[in-house]
Amino acid sequence: MIAVANIALALVSLAALLVVGRLAAGPGALDRVVALDALVTLIVVGAVLGTLARSDTTTGYVLVVLALLGFVGSIASSRLIERREDMR
Amino acid sequence: MGLLGDVISGVLLLTGAAFCLVSGIGLVRFPDTVSRLHAASKAQTLGLLLVVLGAVFQTPLGKAPALLLVGAFSLLTAPVTGHIVARIAYRTDAVERRQVVLDELAARLIDERGPNGREGDERGPEDREPPPTSGT
Repeated sequence: MIAVANIALALVSLAALLVVGRLAAGPGALDRVVALDALVTLIVVGAVLGTLARSDTTTGYVLVVLALLGFVGSIASSRLIERREDMR
Repeated sequence: MGLLGDVISGVLLLTGAAFCLVSGIGLVRFPDTVSRLHAASKAQTLGLLLVVLGAVFQTPLGKAPALLLVGAFSLLTAPVTGHIVARIAYRTDAVERRQVVLDELAARLIDERGPNGREGDERGPEDREPPPTSGT
């Protein structure tokens, strides 16, 4: 099971690398918001896989907080982008 | 956990990680914000759910509620994020017009708000669809 978790962790890390590329390249601010949201989700997935790979279950409810913070952050920043476009 | 649980959980973990990878590839390859959002919200959430389900089989019973809560919250919040970001992407013209086959919202916006679109919008309707000829 540890080997499976490590393989999955490698796949997720590759995905995170691609998402970071989009985060650097993304032409608009909304692209970066989308990429950051995806990155937070990937971090949660990676943390779950990491607890499996190390058989260490101390993360617990931290992941819930992280998922909710990602949600609030992307909503807030996209509303901010909308307001900025309104004032233009 | 027996062998069957290990097999189920391993398949779920690998499928979920593969979905996350596909979503990352889509995020890099897709042409505009809305289609990138499509890749980021749906495939990503499915990957997270599969990984969480696979992990639930492997964790002790006391730790499983936190994982299930993560899955439930992402299932609740992903549609909201997708909706709001897509709405703002549409209103800030982050949509690649050549990719759009049918834009029902443009016709409705012209119907409701007059030919100039939203209030205070100095961009003309030239990049939107022409208004429907038959008045309702």
